[in-house]
Amino acid sequence: MAAKLTFSKEIANLLYAMHGNPIKDCIQCGTCSGTCPAVEFMDHSPRELIAMIGANLKDEVLHSNTYWSCASCYYCNVRCPAGIDIADLMYALKRYSMWKDQYKKDLIGPKFSESFVKMIMRTGRSFEPVLAPSYIFKYGTRGIIQEAQTASALVLKGRLPLLPKKIKRLENLKRMVRRIIPIGEPS
Amino acid sequence: MKQYAYYPGCSLESLAKSYHLSSIEAARELGLELKEIEDWNCCGATAYFHVDELLAYTLVARNLALAEKENLDFVAPCSGCYKNAYFTNDYLQQDPGLAEHINFALEEDNLHISGPINVRHLIEVFVEDVGFEEIKKHVSRPLKDLRVAPYYGCQLLRPKKDSEDVENPQFFEDLLSAIGSDPVEYGSKTHCCGSSLIITNREAALDMVYKLLQDAANREADVIATICPLCNVNLELYQKQVNREFGTDFSMPVMYFTQLLGLALGVEPGRLGIGKDFVSTDSMQFIMQNPQSS
Repeated sequence: MAAKLTFSKEIANLLYAMHGNPIKDCIQCGTCSGTCPAVEFMDHSPRELIAMIGANLKDEVLHSNTYWSCASCYYCNVRCPAGIDIADLMYALKRYSMWKDQYKKDLIGPKFSESFVKMIMRTGRSFEPVLAPSYIFKYGTRGIIQEAQTASALVLKGRLPLLPKKIKRLENLKRMVRRIIPIGEPS
Repeated sequence: MKQYAYYPGCSLESLAKSYHLSSIEAARELGLELKEIEDWNCCGATAYFHVDELLAYTLVARNLALAEKENLDFVAPCSGCYKNAYFTNDYLQQDPGLAEHINFALEEDNLHISGPINVRHLIEVFVEDVGFEEIKKHVSRPLKDLRVAPYYGCQLLRPKKDSEDVENPQFFEDLLSAIGSDPVEYGSKTHCCGSSLIITNREAALDMVYKLLQDAANREADVIATICPLCNVNLELYQKQVNREFGTDFSMPVMYFTQLLGLALGVEPGRLGIGKDFVSTDSMQFIMQNPQSS
């Protein structure tokens, strides 16, 4: 019988296709944390998070906001002396937490990403207003009013069309997607 | 006219309309044709990669295959689209198994990738293919005495590709000098604007935007020049909110590099989308009203 997969092995497996070095190469120097523009908004710095994965602290990692606060600026990647692809590790953790459906429920990121993917499958292109319901209610009354004002000003400036554009060969795109992930017929 | 397979990306159809207009105009003035890829789809941005990597590569691959059919370089004005296209193209070359899997999916749209495809950012086309000397020859309205802060942002430079200088690049400054303006040196030029955190973690994104604006203002920049729609939107559209949150009174114009280039080449401001901005560019009227030297 196969040995039970530890959390750190599982994360390492998720990264098998990465071009950077595995996270076991991390020397805990903290260059990533010192470089990260979002670190003060994270509950654990990138360096800490990597140590937590190594220590198999699965629940703590899954409930961290760290990877959902990553802006994909890739500064940590280019500066990491151990050559670890840290930004892609953050992507892998986002996918893992969504797949396990175990993320902090007050985060906007997972719902936003999910609605983004659904939108692309419906039209083939991105159209900002379609995404608004995935986050706007977390902004509070004042925030919602501000967003509505911005949106109407954008329309007046000719920077926001009223209707989304659909690509012409959308059905082909949908069939392409089903060849990658045979999910059965879309509902 | 040299042709390129132009991939505008979704933002250029809405929030970044003026980037689209000014790219086409500036390119035309320099004898380039940006031929829009027919029926292109979204590149997946960052959000699609949060959900499924393979599907995201497939989305990008369809656009690359459409460019390959035209046998032209793939050109993106958005740094996010550019990064996705550059690395997907690279992975498809390195991993025949991945290419086979994705080509199987592409059959559904009668497409195929053999590759490699040349994936370029729009600014690379102006810098490398046209060149500074040629641009100088076409400048009819030099942006004299205009202090411009070149904002590189992230995904044009990073992840690192070949031998480019990811810490202190200079080509944007050189381009700004070629059109007669004064490039401003400031430390934040390759820092992050917050990208999509402006939606998913606004507090963090506004903090990054604030630091950038403050740095450019401290160096007495008249305008920040951008090369990416998301950078522009964060710095420009959300500047008012930064002022509210941080008690500042920034009124820093933010313009796409193609708008500045277009102005220098003598294109009329309205055709470059100037006037669609939220932060007034009135402080730059002295440039726009400059008579063209002939």
